[in-house]
Amino acid sequence: MAIISKDEAQAILTKVLGFSTADECEATLTGTTGGNIRTARNTVSTAGAVDNVSLAVEARFGKRSGVATCNQFDDATLRRCVQRAEEIARLAPESPEYVPMLGAQQYVSTPAFAQNTAGINPDFRAQQAGKSISYCDQKKLSSAAFLEDEAGFVAKRNKKGLEAYQQFTNLDFSVTVRTPDGLGSGYAAADYTDISKFDAGRLTQIAAGKAAASVTAKAIEPGKYTVILEPAALVANTDASLLGALMQAFDARSADEGRSFLSKKGGGNKKGEKLFDERVTIYSDPASPDIPGLAFAGDGRPRQKVTWIEKGVVKNMYSSRFWAQKQGIPDIAPPSGFIMMGGTASTEDLIKSTQKGILVTRLWYIRPVDPQTLLYTGLTRDGTFYIENGKIKHPVKNFRFNESPIIMLNNLEAIGRPQRLGGNFVPPLKIRDFTFTSLSDAV
Amino acid sequence: MKRRDFVGLTGLGVGALFLPSFPGFGGTPVDAARLLESTMDAAVNKRLADAALNAAKSAGASYADVRIGRYLNQSIFTREKQVQNIANGESFGAGVRVIANGTWGFAATNNVSEAGLAKAAQTAVQIAKANAKVQKEPVKLAPQKGYGEVSWKTPIQQNAFEVPVKDKVDLLLAANAKALDGGASFVNSALFQVNEQKYFASTDGSYIDQDVHRIWPTFGVTAIDRASGKFRTREALSSPMGMGYEYMVPKAQDKIAGPAGTGLVGYKYSYDILEDAALAAQQAKGKLTATSVTPGKYDLVLDPNHLGLTIHESIGHATELDRVLGYEANYAGTSFATLDWKKQNKPYGSKVVNIIADKTQVGSLGAVGYDDEGVKTKQWDIIKDGQLVDYQKIRDQAHIVGQNESDGCCYAQSWQDVQFQRMANVSLKPNAQKLSVDDMIKGVDKGIYIAGRGSFSIDQQRYNFQFGGTVFYAIEKGKIAGQIEDVAYQANTQEFWNSCAATCDQSDYRLFGSFFDGKGQPSQVSAVSHGSATTRFNGVNVINTARKV
Repeated sequence: MAIISKDEAQAILTKVLGFSTADECEATLTGTTGGNIRTARNTVSTAGAVDNVSLAVEARFGKRSGVATCNQFDDATLRRCVQRAEEIARLAPESPEYVPMLGAQQYVSTPAFAQNTAGINPDFRAQQAGKSISYCDQKKLSSAAFLEDEAGFVAKRNKKGLEAYQQFTNLDFSVTVRTPDGLGSGYAAADYTDISKFDAGRLTQIAAGKAAASVTAKAIEPGKYTVILEPAALVANTDASLLGALMQAFDARSADEGRSFLSKKGGGNKKGEKLFDERVTIYSDPASPDIPGLAFAGDGRPRQKVTWIEKGVVKNMYSSRFWAQKQGIPDIAPPSGFIMMGGTASTEDLIKSTQKGILVTRLWYIRPVDPQTLLYTGLTRDGTFYIENGKIKHPVKNFRFNESPIIMLNNLEAIGRPQRLGGNFVPPLKIRDFTFTSLSDAV
Repeated sequence: MKRRDFVGLTGLGVGALFLPSFPGFGGTPVDAARLLESTMDAAVNKRLADAALNAAKSAGASYADVRIGRYLNQSIFTREKQVQNIANGESFGAGVRVIANGTWGFAATNNVSEAGLAKAAQTAVQIAKANAKVQKEPVKLAPQKGYGEVSWKTPIQQNAFEVPVKDKVDLLLAANAKALDGGASFVNSALFQVNEQKYFASTDGSYIDQDVHRIWPTFGVTAIDRASGKFRTREALSSPMGMGYEYMVPKAQDKIAGPAGTGLVGYKYSYDILEDAALAAQQAKGKLTATSVTPGKYDLVLDPNHLGLTIHESIGHATELDRVLGYEANYAGTSFATLDWKKQNKPYGSKVVNIIADKTQVGSLGAVGYDDEGVKTKQWDIIKDGQLVDYQKIRDQAHIVGQNESDGCCYAQSWQDVQFQRMANVSLKPNAQKLSVDDMIKGVDKGIYIAGRGSFSIDQQRYNFQFGGTVFYAIEKGKIAGQIEDVAYQANTQEFWNSCAATCDQSDYRLFGSFFDGKGQPSQVSAVSHGSATTRFNGVNVINTARKV
């Protein structure tokens, strides 16, 4: 039931709209089916499967709006759901930020679904987890890993002619490998729309290599260092991250209201200003084969290729439809992921070109310290190494950092080859004067 | 495509994706009236639960439990003079957990029928059997007697879902007006209410019906100096509580005066949002012109509404047995407080540090009668006189530390998530001797008083942390000397707790809380409280967080 075909979904939605007596009515049908497996101490800990489909109906009378949902699809239930949304709408206060629903839209085609990912079963998950476990068993290391996959669909339809449908798939895998003495730890993570290139064993091998290489870490003084930040130090699967935080701050309303790093002294925002190194270009593209996204946003707005930063200059910000109309600015929906343009250099190439510096595998527990300057704090984790004369010299103890991605993207030394992580496509970056403020004993 | 990126970038909560209008913070939107409907009939649930348990046993499970859950929430969001959204969420379904071939399996479904639950049970067994092939040691559960048919309910005085939405909106807008009248540039306020209706049954013979309530009013008051482009926000000093709407009705006996010279008020079991919003406007403006802190060593005097988060991160998480053993190594991390470390009898803190874990404390977020694997809840010691004496553990972990009883702290955020070990309320005992906040401050020569939560970050083994706060006051020669800004303290957990000099007495004791403690993969949130009285720490490293960009 979790994946309903386009025709079936639109047939349900058409029926739903047929029950509506409201001025405006929009129905959204979503469903996912998926599973997960978790391992630790070289054995399986928990695993599960989840299946869900639900319908949401929004009804509007004038500027009054109401929403109701259901997860049964017989006529009586559908009719009741519509009636309930209409009852709520009649009782709701008028919204001062009312914007009429969208009419028919053109959406780009995006490759967000892969049949092989949708076909994953418990045996596949157990087999991949088994690869990770057996590799670490052989090497006398301890692995903790997580694999999660899902396949789903979204369908929308409203009385003004909007019609949307798309299927998607995703698989996330991450693994932390530790040495038995607890002195070494390594990490690797990847995510896929299409799992044909997924291999838990290969990723475990990378994490295991970092774990083995990170024992006997030496303490070096905190301070400002040249760093090579690997993708897991720039973006994260589920946590806050430095580049993720930067992109989240591209909301036009906060900027216009004076409470964003993109706000201008005296009023207005910094669109058009050069705030970063001229090699920094960040854009989104739902049709990207590297990180395909949904072709439409939650409110039905089409997603297109949008450049947020071009050669260091702020080019666009996203906003709600209300704010775009109020300010007379381009109506841009928030993206599903972002792409930072890079070069061809591998992380190894970046190391080779570094006289003195620190290689950072991953940054973690990243939290905002000052929204005014986008100052963030967090720690290095799972593989931090000192580089001298183009080579990794020795592992170093972990650091706490206090740094702003704005400063970081001005102190850019070199950009590597981008790779997918956490639904984004980002290169490793070499940054000078990255601020480490204290040491951590954590491994 | 990553759903959570979409969610993250729009600033909306998980579970809200693709639903029209604004989201709730979980579940799917429904109207308020539906939140009052009763659909959880214990007799029906027992029949459904038995269908799941029987199907699991028939498929080869040696143990099974089922949780049928109806999770309700209502969230109201306002800004300045308008309502942004009122979201009512409901999530209904069931999760079945089994042990087959010595291995856990779990499956969840929103098809809450005998057939739907039986199918979920069979899927769970199928998953367990698939995973048994890569399992090393069979799961071993601490023995648990069945309780038969029992029930428990949060002891609320007024169900927040029964209070008219208009009354709640009016209260939030009145708070906004107080902030705007006080000169705030912007104010956002919100009220979150949760009701978990949970029915648990297991092959041990328990059928447990529970009705759990929580509430959280909050706001952020922002002051902006357009000329300089500077902006600062002062968050509410409320706490999420395991209470009903009675928390929103201020009572004089629940107010505790903060240090002389701050105007601050601490709130125990009721909150005065109007009073706090007015003070917040004043303090937000004060933050724009406050002196930037000089970095260095300071004695810190920490308000309970701030210290709770430090307890949470540096003690609560560090003493969770699953982290200690490595089960969270790939995400939340492990802990310095390993079994070997504990054996060394090193001091976790000074002699005045006494920490208890508690799943029964009235008014707390973690209070339930039974946990999500059917264990009756209790209170127990974690740190006594500065020494680590025990961990937080559940049924499949107790044997690892030579115990034969779970602590009753197993929890799942919804029916569709598997239950696992979560933090109990972990609290610092107040001073048995009388000590007021003003008397504590009198003894501080160079210090900083911090109230409210701010930035927080700690490493994956809980050694190094950095915390900010909401409001900061300099203490000079025993007196509050005015608001300061750009404060964060960095410390090592053991050094910090060993620098703990004194706590105030019971009259100052309050609960701090969080609705959104995250752990596990897939990540789950849990609500937890941390009680303490105002506490002093000597010689802590303070950094200045101001930057120029």
